[in-house]
Amino acid sequence: MPGIPIMPPQASTMAWRVDAVFFALSGLSLFFTLLVFTLVIYFAIKYRRKSENEVPEVIHGDNRLELAWTFIPLGLALAMFAWSGIEYINLNNPPANSMEIYVIGRQWMWKIIHPDGQEEINQLHVPLGRPVKLTMTSQDVIHDFFIPAFRVKADTVPGRYQTMWFEPTQVGEYHIFCAEYCGTQHSGMIGTIYVMEPSAYEQWLASGGRTQAQNAPQISPAQAGELQFATLGCAACHRPEGGGPAPSLVGVYNSDVKLEGGQTVKADDTYLRESILAPAAKIVAGYPNIMQSYQGRVSNEQLDQLLAYIKAQAPAAPSGSGR
Amino acid sequence: MATITLPRREHYLNISYGVRSWLLTTDHKRIAILYLITVTIAFALGGLAATLIRLELLTPEANLVSSDDYNKLFTAHGVVMIFFFLIPAIPAVLGNFLVPIMIGARDLAFPRLNLMSWYVFVIAVGLGIYALLTGGVDTGWTFYTPYSTSWANTRVVPVLIAGFIAGFSSIMTAVNFIVTIHKMRAPGMTWFRLPLFIWSMYATSLVIILATPVLGIALMMLLVERVLRVGFFDPALGGDPLLFQHLFWFYSHPAVYIMILPGMAVQSELIANFSRKSIFGYKFVAFASVGIAVFGFLVWGHHMFVSGQSVHAGLMFSILSFLVAIPSAVKVFNWTATLYKGSISLQTPMLYAIGFIGLFTIGGLTGLFLASLATDVHLTDTYFIVAHFHYVMVGATVMAYLGGIHYWWPKMTGRMYPEGPARASALLIFIGFALTFVPQFILGYLGMPRRYHVYVPEFQVLNVMSTAGASVLALGYALPVFYLLASLWTGKSAPANPWGASGLEWETSSPPPTFNFERTPVVVAGPYYFRGPITEQPPAKTTVQEPGGEVH
Repeated sequence: MPGIPIMPPQASTMAWRVDAVFFALSGLSLFFTLLVFTLVIYFAIKYRRKSENEVPEVIHGDNRLELAWTFIPLGLALAMFAWSGIEYINLNNPPANSMEIYVIGRQWMWKIIHPDGQEEINQLHVPLGRPVKLTMTSQDVIHDFFIPAFRVKADTVPGRYQTMWFEPTQVGEYHIFCAEYCGTQHSGMIGTIYVMEPSAYEQWLASGGRTQAQNAPQISPAQAGELQFATLGCAACHRPEGGGPAPSLVGVYNSDVKLEGGQTVKADDTYLRESILAPAAKIVAGYPNIMQSYQGRVSNEQLDQLLAYIKAQAPAAPSGSGR
Repeated sequence: MATITLPRREHYLNISYGVRSWLLTTDHKRIAILYLITVTIAFALGGLAATLIRLELLTPEANLVSSDDYNKLFTAHGVVMIFFFLIPAIPAVLGNFLVPIMIGARDLAFPRLNLMSWYVFVIAVGLGIYALLTGGVDTGWTFYTPYSTSWANTRVVPVLIAGFIAGFSSIMTAVNFIVTIHKMRAPGMTWFRLPLFIWSMYATSLVIILATPVLGIALMMLLVERVLRVGFFDPALGGDPLLFQHLFWFYSHPAVYIMILPGMAVQSELIANFSRKSIFGYKFVAFASVGIAVFGFLVWGHHMFVSGQSVHAGLMFSILSFLVAIPSAVKVFNWTATLYKGSISLQTPMLYAIGFIGLFTIGGLTGLFLASLATDVHLTDTYFIVAHFHYVMVGATVMAYLGGIHYWWPKMTGRMYPEGPARASALLIFIGFALTFVPQFILGYLGMPRRYHVYVPEFQVLNVMSTAGASVLALGYALPVFYLLASLWTGKSAPANPWGASGLEWETSSPPPTFNFERTPVVVAGPYYFRGPITEQPPAKTTVQEPGGEVH
């Protein structure tokens, strides 16, 4: 059927192995479903009640049949358990020559750290044909790093490290989804895996990871800023409707902001920039000093985009005062 | 009295009138009706949340509700449907009404405890719905830590307390059933003459009593961590988040059997009575219920294959999960074989029963994909799971529940429902179910995670198909409310046994008298005997020949 996807891409060495188990189970299920459906429909028609007082002869059962339909499914089930279990062990044993990448989940973004210190947010560039082992944890709640095209998934649990591995077999871009519910923007905690030819990957590493930015579709700085705002997790606290642990930024640009200690400052570019890079410098009255510094974590370009987004948010009618 | 020409027969519905006579009743049949009204309201509220969820998912973007509201909606849907509808529905409504009648007792062993269980339930539902309507909770019905204890800013505490209280109601009902089934069977009603409905209710009650306290403990620990900051689960406080998952699923996996075993209970009655056959392999079906109840306790870890549990634990839980599928398969095969050479009537309850076989077969088989380790890694936490558990818990259980409501409606109300619309609703539900959830199996395999408010555009077509199916399903679920209510006034009067069915409940009048039988019945035949009554008749013969005897 055109237009209706039915299969995710098979882009890792494990993908087809998992699919083989999946299709075997599908085949078995289809067989038993059709068997039961056919028998039920056939019996329902063939033995329809002929007269109101009809009472059929009594059949209590048949022990040989009972044994057959206990032990045949049991054998099939055990076989499937063993096959699937072996693949699960494979899924949990990364090859010794794996390249190691760190993944940190937090509300609501993925931070990726490459072996040479290169960092990415919600993007993961990997070379084709090389096993990659992810060592993962979470800063806050449980998340789950899920790459459907590779058939791999693992929870990232605060306070412990989980590992997961894959070896990409196809150049392309594939989804990363957070698969464990983690709060407001859970469905926005998604990203992209870029599987590159090894040479392109080397180039990407050498150029400081700029390839994708160049290829990205042209969008306005404010739109880019909105994306940054979501992916950096700003929206978690700076909720547009207010009520979060930090003030809403709707209409904040060029407004007068009351600070802790009674001072008032104008929220101009300098103030906003400082508030992102050194949040503790000036604290808004009524809000705790909980924001961490983004110094070194956002580029100047990203900072400009964030400012453009904050400026673009027209002052709205005053929303609820929170709680 | 002398002027009355037609003597008015006294039964449980007309013996007294007024609100007090209902709210202070200890009659198990009236309490069943009270439960029926309560769980129907819960079902409607849970269904409303589901409707909003499906409408929001028509497009990949957020257009109907905010992310916070969406998260509250699916939490409300889960909490209400599971704790306030699926768990109590069949035991508290049909079980309450039928357990004493089916074994020939006057009432449950502890009638006042039974009434108290309803009040406790109403308090839980009231508190839960109050919390969900005034602010809501956004943790998902699974309350995973540390999100629920340290990060969620919503009304977690009252909803936890509501779940905790609802557990007590379940336990009270279960204790009542177990004691009643042990101690109050009529003369001649031996264990192997019990209808399979009773066997399944018995197994369900055991599971409730053993598992529910663990849920209570888990919810209380969660509460203590959230309110007093004592670290059980949050690593920031020195706790372990996986501990909560172990405790939670130790209850919540058996809870699936608390929901499906009563469905199987109804199913066995419908299949036997509408084909006028003894259930094929009665003892195998009875022991399959007990087998499911026992094995059901040993499989909780299959919810945690990607949580960080060890590979060895994963292997053990996987093999046990495959094993628990076998007794379910045995049941399906036996129900199917029961139809062989039967006298099959396709009246509404039987349509529901056949629908149950269909949905349960698909629901059970897709469970194997999740018991199987390698496929579970890919499919868990996606729409595949959503579709699978809806097939089992909603498809099968609600199919059985509605089939049972139709089958025993004449007994409960003394009125017949209209056959035409009833058959239409059974058909709509079956078709609507497939249209709603088959696309979700595909979505899950494609990788769409559950609990996603917005999603990537390539998933839209299947989501639109699912929502379209859900509208058919909603129609199918809404229809019975109208024609069943209307039948209370317009329905034909029901005879004692409108189906030519076998069972003690069909040997008393419709609706039954307050103490169920005019005189204590003496059972002389096994279950599913269709050549005559199974009780000793008034002009007692000198020698009673056992027509059916025990089932061998």
